[in-house]
Amino acid sequence: MMSPLLRTLDRGAWIFLGVLGAIAVLVPFFNLVFPPDSALHVPTYLVALFGKYICYALLALSIDLIWGYVGILSLGHGAFFALGGYAMGMYLMRQIGTRGVYAHPELPDFMVFLNWPELPVFWYGFQHFPYALLMVVLVPGALAFVFGWFAFRSRVTGVYLSIITQALTYALLLGFFRNNFGFGGNNGLTDFKDILGFNVQAQGTRVALFMVSCVALIIGFLICRALVTSKFGKVLVAIRDAEARTRFLGYRAESYKLFVFTLSACMAGVAGALYVPQVGIINPSEFSPANSIEAVIWVAVGGRGTLTGAVIGAILVNYGKTTFTSGVLAPYWLFVLGGLFIAVTLLLPKGIVGTWQEWSERRRQRAAADNGSAAPAEPAPRPAE
Amino acid sequence: MDARTTTALLYLNGVNVSFDGFRALNNLSLTVEPGEMRAIIGPNGAGKTTMMDVVTGKTRPDNGDVFFEGSHDLSKLDETQIATLGIGRKFQKPTVFEMHTVEDNLLLALKNDRRPRATLRWHETADEMRRVDSILQTIRLNPLRSRAAGSLAHGQKQWLEIGMLLAQEPKLLLVDEPVAGMTDVETQQTAELLKEINRDKTVIVVEHDMTFVRELGVKVTCLHEGTAIAEGTIDQVSSNERVIEVYLGR
Repeated sequence: MMSPLLRTLDRGAWIFLGVLGAIAVLVPFFNLVFPPDSALHVPTYLVALFGKYICYALLALSIDLIWGYVGILSLGHGAFFALGGYAMGMYLMRQIGTRGVYAHPELPDFMVFLNWPELPVFWYGFQHFPYALLMVVLVPGALAFVFGWFAFRSRVTGVYLSIITQALTYALLLGFFRNNFGFGGNNGLTDFKDILGFNVQAQGTRVALFMVSCVALIIGFLICRALVTSKFGKVLVAIRDAEARTRFLGYRAESYKLFVFTLSACMAGVAGALYVPQVGIINPSEFSPANSIEAVIWVAVGGRGTLTGAVIGAILVNYGKTTFTSGVLAPYWLFVLGGLFIAVTLLLPKGIVGTWQEWSERRRQRAAADNGSAAPAEPAPRPAE
Repeated sequence: MDARTTTALLYLNGVNVSFDGFRALNNLSLTVEPGEMRAIIGPNGAGKTTMMDVVTGKTRPDNGDVFFEGSHDLSKLDETQIATLGIGRKFQKPTVFEMHTVEDNLLLALKNDRRPRATLRWHETADEMRRVDSILQTIRLNPLRSRAAGSLAHGQKQWLEIGMLLAQEPKLLLVDEPVAGMTDVETQQTAELLKEINRDKTVIVVEHDMTFVRELGVKVTCLHEGTAIAEGTIDQVSSNERVIEVYLGR
């Protein structure tokens, strides 16, 4: 099982996994081993911040899987991320117990405040971690399945599909804003105390969450990699490039799309679930269409259809966002983001990783030609560009 | 006539298709026997491509019978189901998977389980590689097997698409303008290729190029305004007054 998977990894993928593994170990190491006054100390708030980037990277990866390889441009993937986040938030709310402001043993504070007599049925079971974990994957997955089933069977593609994904996340945004929806209205879920009995604010918990996020990203990457390098992945690219042809060959394009779309939504849900305990809050603004569009920009910047590019793009753009929004340049962040998207589209249409791959390919060919060797001058086709 | 009693591989009877009032197919009837090669000619807008769309499930007829092997009602099936029954189609404009290698294009087309769970578990087998190799020989693209299909010349793409059709192992091949944009030599080679294919498969060729149709030397059906107006050898059809009238526009 493992060895065929490992054979699908090329040099770039190994470097990527190496760097990611190193970050997963070194960040906690520099945080835990060096005392806070040491120059080498990584402050705990940075661990949580990096953890947040890693969650965004997993979201970007899930978008790249469907956008880069099947051409489904989802402008509502933030919805699946937020749903996963809410599922985790519900677990965290149930863990507060009597430590809430109203000290109600069962109802979260906002329900007491709204004079709700009892826990709504859909909150049942969320005090159990395994159940919450199941919901983290199941809820976004089920929504994506139902949505995709209708959309792909009706052959809604391209910009129309993008628009309805946008409408989907917007509808959820409006729903979750309402108090009587049962998810805390516009305040969302917050004031979390502990996760699995550990204080969510504690240094150790933060480090553990960071490491779990890195592991989740590595697993997500390996799953995507295994998918896109299989024959299944070749069919995906075939659907992306010539859907009608693929149908006439006898492939049921909608089944393929539905499978990856659902898988991608589950990945986004996991990303959201890891995100919430690290940032300490989940509220309806996570459903805002702008968030989903931003996530698409990360993928475009890093390089669509490269997987590694999605991760690099997500981390770079968010690092830029943190830098920009915490200084005098704060009011200009959205202009920078917009400018970045235009610049990437015009100057680096293949994104950072895509352009680098192309450049190194060309250099290798030139080297082969210079040596006068009989090395194959054929460009190795990269189906995912 | 009960469609089940027909011996024809493909049986169209009284098929009508209209788009916004325009009658693309007008009471079209056509039968193709197993093992036959049939050339369909006709001026632009005669309904040749629409006929292919109907047979392959891209367009649903307004009414009329479309039967494959006497028992499969094609008007009720979609593209994927029809492809699985064994009808392959080559488009007018060569459509290959440009980002994939020539080899991968054929591999995707090879007759095989098309369901996602099968392609997820798929492993290359020696038998499949042999089949790919033999098709590459037939379509003369062996030296280019690891090239991206998008980098092929126009004629080579046409052949690759024919190769993909062969890989599907269909019972019936629909070939839409296979020699459009080809040089004379390529046209002749394509005619040979189609004849070779016809040795064990039924083929329908839609073509404008009369020299090519003559080269094929098969039964010809001429369509005009969605109806078959003449059928027979190329000489019979080209001497038919209606056909001359239609082609010369008088």
